[in-house]
Amino acid sequence: MLPKHVLAVAVAFAIAGLAPVAALAQKHGGTLRIYHRDNLPSASIHEEATISTVMPFMGIFNNLVLYDQSKKLNTPDTIVPDLAESWSWDATRTRLTFKLRQGVKWHDGKPFTAKDVQCTWNRLTGKDKDEFRKNPRAIWWHNVKEVTVNGDHEATFVLNRPQPSFLSLFATGYSPVYPCHVSTQVMRTNPIGTGPFKFAEFKRGESVKFVRNPDYWKKGRPYVDAIEWKVIESLSTRVLAFVAGEFDMTWVGDVSIPLLKDVTAQAPKAICEVSPEYVSGNLIINPKAAPFNNAQIRKAMALAIDRKAFVDILFQGKADISGVMLPAPEGQWGMPPEVMRTVPGYGTDIAKNRAEARKIMEGLGYSASNPLKLKISTRNIPIYRDPSVILIDQLKQIHVAGELEVIDTSIWHAKVTRGEFSVGMNLTGVGVDDPDVNLYENYACSSERNLTKYCNKEVDALIDKQSQEGDVAKRKAIVWEIEKKLAEDLARPIVYYRRGGTCWQPHLKGFVLHHNSIYNNWRFEDVWLDK
Amino acid sequence: MGAYLVRRLALMMLTLFGISVLIFVLLRIVPGNITDIIFDSAGFVNERQKKKIERELGLDQPIVTQYGRWIAGLAKGDLGYAYVSEKPAIDEILPRIPVTAKLAVLALFFSVIIGVPLGVVSAVRQDTTLDYVLRVISLSGLSLPSFWLGLLILMAFVHFLGWIPLYQSSPGNLGKELALLCIPAAAVGFRSSALVMRLTRSSMLEVLRQDYIRTARAKGASDTSVHYDHALRNAVLPVVTIIGIEAAFLIGGLIVTETVFNIPGVARFLVEAIRWRDYPIVQNLVMFIAIVVVVVNFLVDMTYAMLDPRIRYEG
Repeated sequence: MLPKHVLAVAVAFAIAGLAPVAALAQKHGGTLRIYHRDNLPSASIHEEATISTVMPFMGIFNNLVLYDQSKKLNTPDTIVPDLAESWSWDATRTRLTFKLRQGVKWHDGKPFTAKDVQCTWNRLTGKDKDEFRKNPRAIWWHNVKEVTVNGDHEATFVLNRPQPSFLSLFATGYSPVYPCHVSTQVMRTNPIGTGPFKFAEFKRGESVKFVRNPDYWKKGRPYVDAIEWKVIESLSTRVLAFVAGEFDMTWVGDVSIPLLKDVTAQAPKAICEVSPEYVSGNLIINPKAAPFNNAQIRKAMALAIDRKAFVDILFQGKADISGVMLPAPEGQWGMPPEVMRTVPGYGTDIAKNRAEARKIMEGLGYSASNPLKLKISTRNIPIYRDPSVILIDQLKQIHVAGELEVIDTSIWHAKVTRGEFSVGMNLTGVGVDDPDVNLYENYACSSERNLTKYCNKEVDALIDKQSQEGDVAKRKAIVWEIEKKLAEDLARPIVYYRRGGTCWQPHLKGFVLHHNSIYNNWRFEDVWLDK
Repeated sequence: MGAYLVRRLALMMLTLFGISVLIFVLLRIVPGNITDIIFDSAGFVNERQKKKIERELGLDQPIVTQYGRWIAGLAKGDLGYAYVSEKPAIDEILPRIPVTAKLAVLALFFSVIIGVPLGVVSAVRQDTTLDYVLRVISLSGLSLPSFWLGLLILMAFVHFLGWIPLYQSSPGNLGKELALLCIPAAAVGFRSSALVMRLTRSSMLEVLRQDYIRTARAKGASDTSVHYDHALRNAVLPVVTIIGIEAAFLIGGLIVTETVFNIPGVARFLVEAIRWRDYPIVQNLVMFIAIVVVVVNFLVDMTYAMLDPRIRYEG
């Protein structure tokens, strides 16, 4: 049960949410102050796969299309025009043409044209000489054959095969249009966009500042004069600073469920929402190295996991248990509970599952006195370490003696990529609530972000199949079939989907938190400060 | 004295050379390099692109060549480019040094201004209630971690005043900046003052038992004169040494305080740079700290000589 004051805040927010935003009189001016939780790696959204870059920098860019910033859920129906005024598919559904807005200028005064669109996606697909230093979402665009332009205001994406949800890939904060005349190096340090805010200053480890773009093509926007992000690494300090009114908003999901009680008690007027982040806690298992090259041990491990215990301990019961896709009601593609229960490892009778797992382990010669010794690797960050400890405890039940191997957080991915682990606890964020994003990025054989290098040609074929399916119901059926196969293979099993609290001061108006991704609603052109 | 000075300076250069080699080699022994870390925020590692970045940064060169380049650059005042921000390292380091220096000096000021008088009082009033109270305070200063104390201070400010004394990057003027720095400096200085106080007390107690103190009293000198003119001057020698060591320690020891109070100083920045394996930043900063430590130690030795005329550096 939520405490009364938390419920009161939630109810107050719900009532506030019913009021039509447009009916309120927006005020111009002021500086929006938000804290940043860590040192952001670079300013180039296309080169990073972290909210640390997307959240502050999304406001300086435009996309071709965008998820409606005023709607809580990202779905194909909430995609709205941005730099593209309209779009259309050809009869073969392999050519998507965008009609581009005219008169738009980059922050340095140069005109925005279709060449910029072509150039951005040529860089993303490795066809430009000035390639990105890192290209974490290259797999998203694997179906793009070429990008053609027709004059300055029309760009067409030619696909190898139909991909009905292709448009969704453009609507996320991860897909801004970059200027062709600015190098990828400059975009990492001094980015230029067409968006409502212009980059002003980036002091490493200290702050990032943006100022209002007076020439923004959307007249009258943005409302605030500037946005200032202050980096505060200490969680206690930044939450205290929010409570003291030093900031208008917290970092997304930064207020954990236990911490939420303190924040709402100390800042009772603050508006706080607990939402899914589409960030999963998952196990990465190295199927090429012992002991997990043995399918029996993989199966035993799947049976040992008690997901509810993770959710109860870490999130006081407020997180979600799911397969690969985010579950309903926020998630659009997750399996309903009755289907999920049929997936291996998701049965509710944990004691029975573990008895079966023990039997498997005993068949392989392991016992309580002779357990399988295993290192559980994870990053040296509390949100990684805490679930790892729970995992070690759960594995004890099936004759596995786990030892926590804490890895310096900065070399985590390097070690994982080199396969220097047998099992690890990992967190994975998903940019768009669409199977094309999640499945290709994390499970396709050719994806560089498929950390465990899991490769099943049958699954790959199914991923392609669902990607081409236009009928949502049929596509869901294929997605759930894939989910079952991934669970059987113990391919990066999802243990839980996180939920976190985001809070803002009551004078921050016009802000809507998205509930099925944390990566898409940081344009800030519609927010204003009612002070 | 002249020969001693020359020898000390030569020793300083040798020490700095040793440190430069040590830090350069150690950084490259630590698992993971900057390219691994650059890729970490992208959630994968691409070996082809990784090699390309290594070429760009000169990391594919033999280690001796890399070291030679760094030292040659250092001699010309060129600290190279920070790997992460892709800006000149000097531009990243320089603005942060004054912040930490001000904090360290203020902390040291608090430590001396609190530690020395209280140490004297505690010694003069040995085994009185006041002495016991001061000793408990000094023990708590040594026992309480400064980050914990810092957090308590922040919580108290927020709770009682509804305001948080966080450092502002553009505080307006030096007075305002120092006022903001006073709070974290007091948190750090409290720990140091405890050390200074305890040392002052024990040193004073030792000196107060000396024959010449008895002689001074016999001559009819006042208590104030005995305590401050005769005893403190001699008792302060080991205290000066510890203050020198504390000054050097503070440069590197402010990491936690800078993190808790969110001060963009050089100590926190160094830890961040080590985490990122940002070699140009780490190498140059460690060298800077090494120079500060060596110079401070040198100055402490000179002060020692000035304070105690019995000390002669002739050999």
